[in-house]
Amino acid sequence: MSEANQALDANVTSNTATRLQQLSSGIATGKPRTLLGDAWRRFRKHPLAIAGSFILVVFTLAAIFGPLIYTKNRDALDFVNILVPPGSPGFPFGSDHLGRDLLARSLYGGRISLAVGVVAMVIAIGLGTLVGAVAGFFGGRVDQALMRVTDLFLALPIVPLLLLTVYLFRDPVTRAFGQVLGIFIIVVTMIGALAWMQSARIVRASFLSLKEKEFVEAATALGVGKWPIMFRHILPNAFSPIIVAATLQVGTAIITESTLSFLGVGFPPDTPTWGRLVTDGSEYLQTAPHLALIPGGLIFLAVLSINFMGDGLRDALDPRSRL
Amino acid sequence: MTQYILRRVLIAIPTLFVISFVIYAILSLAPGDPLAQFAANPAIPESTRALIRTQFGLDQPWPVRYARWLGQALQGNFGWSFATRSPVSDIIMQRLPQTLQVVGLAYLIAIAIAIPIGIISAVRQYSLFDQVATFFSFVGFSVPAFFTGLILILVFAINLKWFPIVYNTTLEIVSWETFVQQVRQMFLPVTVLVVQQTAALTRFMRSSMLDNLPLDYVRTARAKGLADRVVVLRHVVSNSLIPVVTLIALGIPTIFAGAIVTENLFRVNGLGALLITSIQNSDTPVVMALTFIFAILTVTFNLVADVLYGLLDPRVRYG
Repeated sequence: MSEANQALDANVTSNTATRLQQLSSGIATGKPRTLLGDAWRRFRKHPLAIAGSFILVVFTLAAIFGPLIYTKNRDALDFVNILVPPGSPGFPFGSDHLGRDLLARSLYGGRISLAVGVVAMVIAIGLGTLVGAVAGFFGGRVDQALMRVTDLFLALPIVPLLLLTVYLFRDPVTRAFGQVLGIFIIVVTMIGALAWMQSARIVRASFLSLKEKEFVEAATALGVGKWPIMFRHILPNAFSPIIVAATLQVGTAIITESTLSFLGVGFPPDTPTWGRLVTDGSEYLQTAPHLALIPGGLIFLAVLSINFMGDGLRDALDPRSRL
Repeated sequence: MTQYILRRVLIAIPTLFVISFVIYAILSLAPGDPLAQFAANPAIPESTRALIRTQFGLDQPWPVRYARWLGQALQGNFGWSFATRSPVSDIIMQRLPQTLQVVGLAYLIAIAIAIPIGIISAVRQYSLFDQVATFFSFVGFSVPAFFTGLILILVFAINLKWFPIVYNTTLEIVSWETFVQQVRQMFLPVTVLVVQQTAALTRFMRSSMLDNLPLDYVRTARAKGLADRVVVLRHVVSNSLIPVVTLIALGIPTIFAGAIVTENLFRVNGLGALLITSIQNSDTPVVMALTFIFAILTVTFNLVADVLYGLLDPRVRYG
């Protein structure tokens, strides 16, 4: 017998044992087990997911409150302390070629990068959920048409198109909303608009199977309308894969934004996003490698944490799928 | 099978038309004048600019221009570059070999590494090997390509001086030394792409193997008394490869996108570098042709994936 089968058998035996224990003592312990509690129990067993969540919480708090606590001006020039290495007095992360403080710039950059990730995710998942839900629920022609559109979007060359649209529409939008907010709006909308296809497919698949279930029939019999059935009855049952996809989407969006910034098509040169900091720092790779390595490392760490958290969530919420 | 392939091709062709239309519309509706650089030049009077405008057909409404562009593009003529004043197709043909060389080699290496790792990871699930491989594949797809590139440059080109930083495209392979030089300059850009692609492919191979391992046919093969090796390598691997082959074909556009980053990082003058410079120069004909070529690549490889899937798995054909 193979190891895989043996492991499976061992698992089954231990499971039966715990179940027996639960049966004999479960009533005494009292507390009922909830779905969320079960998910949390599975999530806890995933040390890397816990570590990832912890790092993310720290990053988020630092991005929100960091600039309020560490109040050093991120744009203040200091020509005495140019390109000082990290750990120098007054410069915990070092300074750049104009003597600007890298810690202050990284904290502010984290705000932008994390915000881009979250907002782009909300757009992508919202759009994907809507398309997937309508396609899966109504089926037939609607489904065919929507899936054809989805396939079309999947065939678009994403990165070239992003480069193109951001570059072309940068001027009018920044004129209307201001430098940073304008670019933020285009980048986030375009990343979201080109990334919803996967979640649409996931949601459609869940809807196709869920709409045949008895509880939908019951709701229909009670006279519940179509849209409430879709979003109040079916959608909550399809949440698990959506949450996992949403988590991973944040990481992808952060990488996409930093790639755009790196290629010089993202935020304006003096806005310290993480990707932009890496680009600017890469010119001093020989003399001051920390300028590129620290912000790059922050991107990497944030995305790695998000991916580990997504993996943990997948195991916790959606135990059957594994990737 | 012929019918299945035909159906797929018939879906792919209109897709390409729609995509080319969308890209053309975006380019035309965007503000910004392709002749703006002439406006700043005092040597070119207004009348000359108007003349250039009519000569290039820029005074026509954009749907008309699109129809013309499409008619010419179908004959392989993508127009003239504003920046270099040479045919777009010539420029692209010059650059294509560099991109294909780096991208193709990287993909082959990534596949050759990822499949064995995926197999071992799945067969020895939760072993030390699997955990290390899992960790590294997470690292692999969490690190942006430009950051891998910068670290490799810092370590191997600046500190150790093993490989050159800048790719020399004029290098011709005439002797053993120039061949070695070529291999050395390709090493870093290829490695960046390999890191990115191997990570994803390893996970796909592993999960596909894990889907197959508990199935009945595996049990039957074992019950017949086949050796573990034969069961895994002949029976499970060949079935697990079916979805992975599709993903390999679908991953090709991603690796071209990755090439945009590496080409800019290492100054390989391939298609990706051309795209960035053309966008920055508002060289619309080149941008249009390049974006369309990326679309053709994506659609073609989607088609290849569909056909391969149909060939390998008869159930799909009659779906």
